[in-house]
Amino acid sequence: MYSAEFQESLKKVEANRAANTALEPRRMTAQEKDDLLAAYHPDYKKSEFSELKIGPNKGEVVPHELVEILQAKSRIKASDINLEDVKYDVDVLVIGGGGAGTSAAIEAHNAGAKTMIVTKLRMGDANTMMAEGGIQAADKENDSPAQHYIDAFGGGHFAAKKELLAKLVCDAPGAIKWLNELGVEFDKDETGRMVTTHGGGTSRKRMHAAKDYSGAEIMRTLRDEVINLGIEVVDFTSAIELILDENGRAAGAVLMNMETKELMVARAKTVIIATGGAGRMHYQGFPTSNHYGATADGLVLGYRVGAKLLYPETLQYHPTGAAYPQQIFGALVTEKVRSLGAKLVNVNGEVFMHPLETRDVSAASIIRECSDRNNGVDTGSGKAVWLDTPMIEIIGGEGTIEKRIPAMMRMFASYGIDIRKEPILIYPTLHYQNGGLDINVNGMTTNVENLFVAGEAVGGIHGKNRLMGNSLLDIIVFGRNAGINAAATAKNVTVGKLSLEHIAKFDAEREAAGIVTDTVSPKLLPDYRGNKSGM
Amino acid sequence: MENMVNIYLFGKQYSVPDHLTIMRAMEYAGYQLIRGCGCRNGFCGACATIYRIKGDTQLRTCLACQTKVEEGMYVATLPFFPLVKQVYDINEVKTTEQVMMQLYPEIYACVGCNACTKSCTQSLNVMQYIAYAQRGEFELCAEESFDCVMCGVCSSRCPAGISHPQVAMLARRINGKYLAPASEHLENRVKEIENGDFTQLLEALMGKPIEEMKELYNNREIEK
Repeated sequence: MYSAEFQESLKKVEANRAANTALEPRRMTAQEKDDLLAAYHPDYKKSEFSELKIGPNKGEVVPHELVEILQAKSRIKASDINLEDVKYDVDVLVIGGGGAGTSAAIEAHNAGAKTMIVTKLRMGDANTMMAEGGIQAADKENDSPAQHYIDAFGGGHFAAKKELLAKLVCDAPGAIKWLNELGVEFDKDETGRMVTTHGGGTSRKRMHAAKDYSGAEIMRTLRDEVINLGIEVVDFTSAIELILDENGRAAGAVLMNMETKELMVARAKTVIIATGGAGRMHYQGFPTSNHYGATADGLVLGYRVGAKLLYPETLQYHPTGAAYPQQIFGALVTEKVRSLGAKLVNVNGEVFMHPLETRDVSAASIIRECSDRNNGVDTGSGKAVWLDTPMIEIIGGEGTIEKRIPAMMRMFASYGIDIRKEPILIYPTLHYQNGGLDINVNGMTTNVENLFVAGEAVGGIHGKNRLMGNSLLDIIVFGRNAGINAAATAKNVTVGKLSLEHIAKFDAEREAAGIVTDTVSPKLLPDYRGNKSGM
Repeated sequence: MENMVNIYLFGKQYSVPDHLTIMRAMEYAGYQLIRGCGCRNGFCGACATIYRIKGDTQLRTCLACQTKVEEGMYVATLPFFPLVKQVYDINEVKTTEQVMMQLYPEIYACVGCNACTKSCTQSLNVMQYIAYAQRGEFELCAEESFDCVMCGVCSSRCPAGISHPQVAMLARRINGKYLAPASEHLENRVKEIENGDFTQLLEALMGKPIEEMKELYNNREIEK
C-alpha cells in the first residue's frame, strides 16, 4: 500500500493501464539514442571523471573513485612477508568464488590441475547470486549465434573485441547444456523446450531463466559441484597483492585472512582473477544492486602488476533499481519484469518509452524523465518513475507474477506492496562494470604472462554497454575457458623466484608523478559504519 | 525528526532509526560486517538472524537485510551454521529415494514438529519438501524448495539434525539433470555449432566495417 502522497499519480497510472498495456511504443532511432545518452547517461558526465597519471592506462580518463584506488598504495610492503614461506602451493590459483571463479575452478580441476579458490567472503557471495532475469543463448530455430552477435555488438556500441564476442555467442548453447547437465533447473515446457523471453536490445527471444532466481540457481549448483569435486576453497581470505616471479610472470598472490589479518603466500603456476565488479564503489554517488564485496579488487591487483584495462570508463546503470521503499533503495528489479510486459510510466500515467531499449538508453531516458522533463514521482528521497507490474497479469494471466518472478513479489511484499495489484517505483542503480582487464581469447591478459581473467573483471567482451543475460553467460563461457587454458598453461610452467618488486616500482611511479595519497587498495569491503543509507 | 527505536545487538542496547533494516542498523551502530553479510538483497542467505521481541517468548527468524528493526528487538545473527553436505558424483547418483537413504538417512527421522517450516526466512513449506524427498518425489521437492537461499535457519531448529537446504539442493540437481525433459533444440544447436555451421557467417560479420554493422543492427527485424 502506498501512502497518500502517491495516490494522485497512482490513480492516473491505474486509469491508463488498459490503454497503456495495449500500446506498442515506438523504438528510438539511432540518432535519438545517441543524443539521449550524450545528454543524460552518467558515463558522459565529464565532471565525474579524471585522468590516470600512472600505470598501464596512463592518460586515460576514468571515474574519480576508480582513479583513487588504482593509484593507491599497496596494503603491504614487500618486507612485510617472507615469500619463501609458502602456505599454499598449487597449479591454478583462482581469486574469487563467484560464477566465473567456480566455473574456472571446476574446469581446471577436471583438466587435472591442482586448483584452489580463494574468496574474501563465502563461496557464492557474488553478483552471480543476485542475477535474476536470465542467461542468453541462441538455441531456438529462428535464432543463431550470428544474430546474437549482431544484437550484442550493436548494444555495446560496436566496441566489443570481436573475437571475444564471437566466442561468447558460439559457446552460449554449450554453456547452457553444461549447466543443465550439472543439474541447473531451467524453465522449460513439458516437452523440454526452454521458455525464453526478450531482454532489452535482443532481436530474438533467447533469455533462458530459472524463475527470477536464475543466477542463484546457477551459483548454488556450481558451489555444490566445487565441494563435490573436493576443490580446496579458502574463504574469508582476500588476495591483496599479486606475486610475480623473477621473469615477470604471474606466480601467486599474497593472501590476507579477513578476520585475523594474517598474511599468507599462495604460489601458483597460473593465476585467474575472477573478482567481479565494482558496484560498492558507488560511482557518482549511485546506489547499487551489487553484493557487499563488489569493490573492483581484481582491477587494482592487475593494474599494479602492469595489466592493461579496457573501457574502465564505462559502467552500467541498471534502469530499474528499486527507488521505494527506502530499505531496498538500489536493489535490482529484474529486467524480466519488462520482458514479461510491464511498461515504464511517468508521474502523469504516460508510457514515455519502449520498455525494452538497451539498458544504457533506458537508464538515460528515465533520468531525463526525472530531471529536465520533471515527470518523476517524488519518493521522499529523490525522483522515480513507475514500473507498472500489474500489466504482467493482464498480459500473461493471473498467477504469472508468482510463477515467473517470485523473488520480486517477495521483495516488495516484505514492505506491504503487492506487485500483482500495484506498480513499483524505480530509478537507475549502479549495476555492472562494462570495462576491466584486457584479455586475449584464451583468457590470458594481453600483457602479463600466466595471468588469466574471467567474469566481470574482464573488459571488452560486451563493448561499452552489456545486454541483459550476457553476463551470466560470460561468466560461464569465459570462466570455463580460463580454467581450461590456465590448467593447460600450468603444465609447462616452472615458477621462478617469487617477487613483490612491483610494489616499490609502482610507489616510485606514483612519487614521480607527484601524487600524494593515504588511500590503500584493494578496498575489499565498503565501510558503512555510522551510516543510515547503506551507501 | 526520525523516530528512534531501542534494539539489542547480542544483548547490548543501541538506539537506531526505526526505518532501518537490521543489517543497516548494525552498521549504523558501528559494526563493520565481515561475516553475516553477502548480497544485501535477500538472495544469498548470509544474514540469517534470530530475534526475540522484549516481553514475548516466541523466537523469530529472518534475513537481516530484509527485515526492519522493531522496538525491543534482541538480535543474534547466525552467520554460519554447520550444515551436513554429503559429497556425491552427479553423474553416478541414483534418481530414486535410495539416494536419500544413502546420503541423508536422517530425513527419515523427521518427527513432524514443523519447526523448519515455522522458521523459514523465505516462508517455504520446508517440512513438506522434506516429505517429498523422503518419498523420492524430487520434482515436487525441487519446486517446493526452489526459493531456498540456504541460510540454514531451518536446520538450526531441527530436533532430528536434518540439513534441509542440502537435501533440497540434491533433489534440485537430480531434477534438473535427469527428471526434467531434455531440450532437443538445445542439443541440435550445440551439434550445429560443433559442426561449424555458423563459422562462416560469424567470420563474415567480424570482417565487416563498422558502418555496415550499424546498418545491420539498426535495421534488424525484432521478433514480436
